[in-house]
Amino acid sequence: MKLADIRDLLGAEVLVGEDKLSTVEIDMACGSDLISDVLAFCHDNTLLCTGLVTAQIVRTAEIAGLSTIIFVRGKRPEESVIEMGRAAGIPMLATDLPLFETCGLLFRAGVGGIRLCADGSSRSGEI
Amino acid sequence: MYRKNDNGQAMDPAEVTPCGAARPSSEPVLEMSFEVGHYDFAAAGEAASKIKQVLRKLGMAPDVVRRAAVAAYEAEMNLVIHSVGGSILLHVDTEKVTLVSCDEGPGMPDISLAMKEGYSTAPDEIREMGFGAGMGLPNMKRCSDSFSIESEVGRGTTVTASIRIA
Repeated sequence: MKLADIRDLLGAEVLVGEDKLSTVEIDMACGSDLISDVLAFCHDNTLLCTGLVTAQIVRTAEIAGLSTIIFVRGKRPEESVIEMGRAAGIPMLATDLPLFETCGLLFRAGVGGIRLCADGSSRSGEI
Repeated sequence: MYRKNDNGQAMDPAEVTPCGAARPSSEPVLEMSFEVGHYDFAAAGEAASKIKQVLRKLGMAPDVVRRAAVAAYEAEMNLVIHSVGGSILLHVDTEKVTLVSCDEGPGMPDISLAMKEGYSTAPDEIREMGFGAGMGLPNMKRCSDSFSIESEVGRGTTVTASIRIA
């Protein structure tokens, strides 16, 4: 699913990554407000839906190699945090929808979930 | 051999890690040390980010880079949140990437409890930032091929995590 389609689906505002709307492809996502859960559950090229808007969530995305961050519940990070995302090349979107609904819409549209594996690797969930 | 600290200064090959933990005995291909300050949230994650860049530049497999970066980040956040300050040593030899995180206190009274997923002593203001899931040490272990913790209340904690280079 293209980032542009996700923006339309969620009625989201694009904070970073206008130039990547038609190139970034999303097929896996996770939703969490806990950083260690993100590090445990997500793997490369995963989209993260979160209510966290701190600098640490951008750092987490960078470390975990996340594809995109969607801020939920109408939250908007400060300009310095948006700038961090821009510097790291991580697209950022913001939606007024709550976390559950954001995840639900994405799942229904065919975006899969990530499961935690005992050996530390993650795999895509099946719908 | 390439050996320097995060300020780019040469390190004495014989010395222990900056906070006193035993240095891995193997001959390093690369070794770097990073100081991590207590409650220094502005810089938190910079060491892990640098470690990720360095390992990527060395041409390591993406899975090795990612696991080492996540383990380093969890170690770094543990030092920021729970310790009085400490350091992380990155030691790369021909077989594995080793991270040695050590601090000078306060030390953990019960390591098995700290290893339990979901257990955390992080205060509320830390949880509000998204930390304190009680997954830090379990995540480090999950990312590692070998993992050990030594801790003594009043003295400090040393966590060693190694990731085999495929």
